[in-house]
Amino acid sequence: MANHTIAHDVYVPFLEKKGILSWILSTDHKRIGIMYLISISFFFLVAGVFALLLRYELLTPTSDFVQPHTYNVFFTLHGSIMVFFFIVPGLAASFGNFLIPLMIGAPDVAFPKLNLGSYWIYLLGTVIVLIALAKPADTGWTFYTPYSATTNTDVVMITLGVFVLGFSSILTGLNFIVTIHKMRAPGMTWHRLPLFIWASYATAVLQLLATPVVGITLLLLIMERTLGVGFFDPAKGGDPILFQNFFWFYSHPAVYIMIIPAMGVISEIIPVFARKPIFGYKAIAYSSLGIAFISFLVWAHHMFTSGISDTAATIFSFLTFLVAIPTAIKVFNWTATLYKGSIHLHSAMLYALAFVFLFTIGGLTGLFLGALASDIHLHDTYFVVAHMHYVMIGGTVMGFFGALHFWFPKWFGKMFNETVAKIAWLFIFIGFNVTFFPQFFLGVQGMPRRYATYPAEFESLMSLSTYGSWILGFGIFIMTINLIAGLINGEKAPQNPYGSLSLEWQVPSPPPLENFEEIPHVTDWTYGYGKKK
Amino acid sequence: MTWIPEVASNLASKVDGVLLLITLLSLVFFILITIVLVYFAIKYRRKREDEETPYITGSEPLEIIWTVIPSILLIVLFIYGFVVFKDMRTPPEDSVEVTVQGKQWLWTFDYYNGKKTINELYVQQNRPVRLVMEAQDVLHSFFVPGFRVKQDLVPGRYTQLWFTPTKIGTFDIFCAEYCGTGHSAMLGKVVVLSPEAYEIWEKGVKAEEGAGVASLPPAELGEKIYKEKGCNACHSVDGSTLVGPSFKGIFGHSVELQDGSTVDVDENYVKQSIFEPQAQVVKGFAPVMPSFKGILSDEDVTALVAYIKTLK
Repeated sequence: MANHTIAHDVYVPFLEKKGILSWILSTDHKRIGIMYLISISFFFLVAGVFALLLRYELLTPTSDFVQPHTYNVFFTLHGSIMVFFFIVPGLAASFGNFLIPLMIGAPDVAFPKLNLGSYWIYLLGTVIVLIALAKPADTGWTFYTPYSATTNTDVVMITLGVFVLGFSSILTGLNFIVTIHKMRAPGMTWHRLPLFIWASYATAVLQLLATPVVGITLLLLIMERTLGVGFFDPAKGGDPILFQNFFWFYSHPAVYIMIIPAMGVISEIIPVFARKPIFGYKAIAYSSLGIAFISFLVWAHHMFTSGISDTAATIFSFLTFLVAIPTAIKVFNWTATLYKGSIHLHSAMLYALAFVFLFTIGGLTGLFLGALASDIHLHDTYFVVAHMHYVMIGGTVMGFFGALHFWFPKWFGKMFNETVAKIAWLFIFIGFNVTFFPQFFLGVQGMPRRYATYPAEFESLMSLSTYGSWILGFGIFIMTINLIAGLINGEKAPQNPYGSLSLEWQVPSPPPLENFEEIPHVTDWTYGYGKKK
Repeated sequence: MTWIPEVASNLASKVDGVLLLITLLSLVFFILITIVLVYFAIKYRRKREDEETPYITGSEPLEIIWTVIPSILLIVLFIYGFVVFKDMRTPPEDSVEVTVQGKQWLWTFDYYNGKKTINELYVQQNRPVRLVMEAQDVLHSFFVPGFRVKQDLVPGRYTQLWFTPTKIGTFDIFCAEYCGTGHSAMLGKVVVLSPEAYEIWEKGVKAEEGAGVASLPPAELGEKIYKEKGCNACHSVDGSTLVGPSFKGIFGHSVELQDGSTVDVDENYVKQSIFEPQAQVVKGFAPVMPSFKGILSDEDVTALVAYIKTLK
């Protein structure tokens, strides 16, 4: 590991310059990371409020808070904003931007101006979607045709917004791939790279290859709506199932765009707080690439009941089970890393452990949906809702919260209140499980998803789920307040509060403008914990 | 609380077998990982800041074991799921065929003998049924939890589904593919009859109208029809606006039509709206209602009118 520090009296922290122009014109990857972090966090909270509203409506079987149409708008906005504005760009753009150059020993990303451009494209996309809220869509985040082609809500604006966002995703991916290939410090070989970098690399490849497909699909939908071209309308010779094939060809890999960066985060947090080398480094690194590759071949497992051929369903079921293997390998490796460690249960570590626990549930329940016969029964029920949230919240969001608590001192040079952070974690962990675990049972019993009203027999589990959402919401509220308080009032953070060996902790907190006074020379891998000197 | 819906078709127990095997395997792995995770987190908790840890970077034998064992189990799961799926997709030759149309937001069933029902599918116990299905507008999905069957209905193409009902009774039909505003109201029932009762129904006597139903007062019969024939998917009785106008307080008042003229809501207007829904559409609502000609009898309409009159 590079033996490299910058004396505190000579460096200029990247946060030094003030004023709005110093932000909106900044090409510094760390500042762009912060702008992404603030934007995606904002959209996370907005989409979270929609979640609370729709769960509130589901407290009772009848429509007593809002009418069905409004409910449909709620879940559409919840899903679209969460997926396209928070979870897809989320970790990749914010922490990816902040960490990739620091972790590989580079002064910035390969194309800093393009990077700033990507952020502004992201913002443009969000503005378009905000305009669309005047007559919000009621299609669900999947925009399935023919409903999306015929509903009289404003589907064009929201899909146009998502289309624009896609460019941001593609350009960010491209930037990261070039950065990781070309900007690594001397001695930072592929097998010495931190696993977050491996994960970001696999994610970037997915962003670059998969995003254009959703872009084209949404463009076709917009053409169908505005020009009346019949791509998906059978009356004009189109095929409604074609939309689903296109959509999932992007959106299944997108699931991995969402989760792989979180896996990378967990692979950083666990070794530091267990003070152990990551177990099975190469297995974890290559399994990220393996998952990325297989994820292109499994999309039709969302469509077993859609009317695709039985042969296609069978092949896609088989391929789906293949994805489970690299995923399982990661879980075993994280668990094994704890063995004989010196474990410090810092709040970031608690989120990492929660990730392993919840993601295991998310992964295992995926088996029910991969197997053909059981998927037929469970498809489009609350079982899918629960499974998906265990992967997306239990996985990605826990990874995101873990990353927030882990790298907070590095970003801002401030500390937050650790006790409050742990209390918030407890509320979030309990609230999440109370919200989503009952939904597995609801699904098995046959409760379909996207129902504004529901048969009375489901009431007890449905209202339990709603109570859980309040606990979860409260936990996130405490966490947000605590981090903001830390930002304003927190103690000054030391350079390396957790004794991490990776490069970003070898520079001051917050890091200086160009990251390193001189480019470090790397002589060992990142995870040499416990190695006899 | 029940864990699983009633087992009411030949396919249900087979699907439950797959569910059970995956549940057991998942529980084994889940409990194992959780125990190890919690045990390590407690046992190896940091006691002193300068604690030393061993330099363990991996283990090839372990990597091989935990790659190979899950791979074998996954292949077993895939094959089991596939074998049952094959059964689910292969209807017996002697199945009774029923044509199903999905429309926002009701189900219609057409039988081989010219009978037609809405939101109620009549089938015979222990006799295989094959549904040939199509959607008229957007995607729908025919889902009977008690039978463990589900299949999307797609505009412009036919899809199929089959089952042999094994239990006498009525079972929920849900629409499982999001289809717009009335999605959660697109509910139906499968009525499984004994061979004797099915024969009576086949011959044209309405099976559900036993002595008890036939003697219902008109308003109560109307309420029953309102709930069972799918009126409730689009017309509320509490004043709230769904897809169509609410029935509450509408009878005897005049309503404004699309062209700006007005019409009094009386017996004739209600009857016309049921049989020729597109003729005089109330302002502010889309002309989407299907005709109920041949589905509701004049007696049914009379009963509905009587019910609507009670909704002050």
